[in-house]
Amino acid sequence: MTGPILSAKGVTKRFGSRIACRGVSFDLWPGEVLGVVGESGSGKTTLLNCLAGRLVPDEGRVAYETASIGTVDVHQLSEARRRLLARTEWGFVHQDAREGLRMGASAGANIGERLMAIGTRHYGEIRGKASDWLSRVEIDLDRLDDRPTAYSGGMRQRLQIARNLVSDPRLVFMDEPTGGLDVSVQARLLDLLRGLVDSFHLSAVLVTHDLGVARLLTHRLMVMQGGEVVEAGLTDQVLDDPQHAYTQMLVASILPV
Amino acid sequence: MTAMSPVLRVRGLHKSFVMHAQGHLALPVLRDVALDVSPGECLALVGPSGAGKSTLLRSLYGNYRPQGGSIRVRHRADWVELVGAEPRVTLDVRRHTMGFVSQFLRVIPRVATVDVVAEPMLRLGASPDEARRRAEFLLGLLGIPERLWQLPPATFSGGEQQRVNIARSLIADYPVLLLDEPTASLDTANRDGVIDLIRARRKAGAAIVGIFHDVAVRDALATRLYPVELPGAST
Repeated sequence: MTGPILSAKGVTKRFGSRIACRGVSFDLWPGEVLGVVGESGSGKTTLLNCLAGRLVPDEGRVAYETASIGTVDVHQLSEARRRLLARTEWGFVHQDAREGLRMGASAGANIGERLMAIGTRHYGEIRGKASDWLSRVEIDLDRLDDRPTAYSGGMRQRLQIARNLVSDPRLVFMDEPTGGLDVSVQARLLDLLRGLVDSFHLSAVLVTHDLGVARLLTHRLMVMQGGEVVEAGLTDQVLDDPQHAYTQMLVASILPV
Repeated sequence: MTAMSPVLRVRGLHKSFVMHAQGHLALPVLRDVALDVSPGECLALVGPSGAGKSTLLRSLYGNYRPQGGSIRVRHRADWVELVGAEPRVTLDVRRHTMGFVSQFLRVIPRVATVDVVAEPMLRLGASPDEARRRAEFLLGLLGIPERLWQLPPATFSGGEQQRVNIARSLIADYPVLLLDEPTASLDTANRDGVIDLIRARRKAGAAIVGIFHDVAVRDALATRLYPVELPGAST
C-alpha cells in the first residue's frame, strides 16, 4: 500500500482570540472519502480551507502527496504553485456555486477553462469534453452555451461539479455541496456524486452538517465540536455506535422520516 | 492450515453502551465473550431478546466498537485484528472477507436493483458483464420478478427488499458470513430459497455466524449453538 494522499498534523487556526479549529490531525488514504460533521460554527469550513491551502493555519502542517513531484507542504508552496495544484490535481466544490463558477461565462466555457489550465488547446476537444461532462451531470446539451445565471440552483451545483472533475483531479474538497437545495434535487446530486466518487476512485474531504449525506457519501467521519475533533471512525461506527456525548446528541437529533 | 482451523477467533470481548444523555448510564452487554468459527460451520447465536446477540454480531463486523478484547479474522493470508482497527483495514476486510446480511436494505436513491446487487462484485474487480449476470441469476433464484430488476428497490415490499439485500450480500463469495435474521419477513417459499443459498455457501466452506429466530431455519442451517446472555443474567 502507498502512503496517505493528504496528511494533517496539529492544524490550529485562530481568528483573533477565537480558536476556529485546534490540533486537528488525520491521514487521508487514496480512494477514501472523509466526512467532517458538526454544527454550524464547529470549525468544519475553517479546517477545510486550511487543508486546501486557502487559509494559513497558525500551527500545524498539511502534507499532500502529488502525482509527480512527491510530498509537498501545502502552506510552503508559492501561491502560483498552489493555484496550479488547485486547478489540476484538486477540486473544490463550494456550497454557493457562484463562488466556484464564473457566472459571466457560458457553461461550456466554465468547463473548458479547467481543461485549458491543464494544457488542452484543441477547441473541438474542449467542446467535446464539455458536452460529455454536461451529460454526465445530467444537464441538457442545448444548455451548453447558456450562462450559469440562467441555471437553477441544482443545475449550477452540477455544473460546478463538472467543472471540478473534468480535469481528472485526485483530491476533491467539498463544502456542504448539497446545502440549500430542495430535497429531491439533493437526492439526485448525492446519487451523482456517489457514482462519480466510485468510478473515478476519488479521494475527498466532505464538510456537511447533514448526517444523512455523510452516511451516503463517506467512508470515515470526524465529528467536530468547538473547533476540536471529539470522535472519529468508520462512518457506520460513528453513526450506529456513537461514543462521545456530542455525537450521541447529534445522532439522536436526526428527525425520523 | 487444516480444514478445521478457525477463520474467526474472538477472545475476552467486552462491550458496553454509555448513554451520556442519561447521566452517563453504562449498560454492559458483552463480557468476556470467546468463540471460534471454522470453515463449513454455522454458529447460531441464541438467547432472549435483548441479550446482546445483535450487539455481538455487529461487533464482529466492526460496526459496533467493543471496549476490550480481540476479534481476529483470517483475511487473505493474514490474521487481522478488528478491535481498534484503522477504518481502511475494516473496510478492506468487509470488501474481501466478511459479508453481513441485515434485516434492512439501506436504499440508495435512483440506483437500479440489478446494480445494487452487482456493486460488491464490481468493487472486487469483476467485469460489469460478469457482475450483472451473477446479479440476475441471484435475483431470479430469490424470486424477484424480472420486470423489477431495472427499478430502484425503494418502492418494493419489505420481503422483496430483504431478498435484494440477501442477493447483494451473497454475490461475492465471502469466506465469513454474518447473518442477522436473514429470513425475517419472508414467506415459506422464499424462505426455503434463502436457506438453500446459505446452506450451499456453508458447504462450500464459508464460516457463518447468525441470528435465526425461526427454529426451522436455525435447524436447517446451524451446526452449533452459542448461548448469549447479558452479564449477570445467570447469577
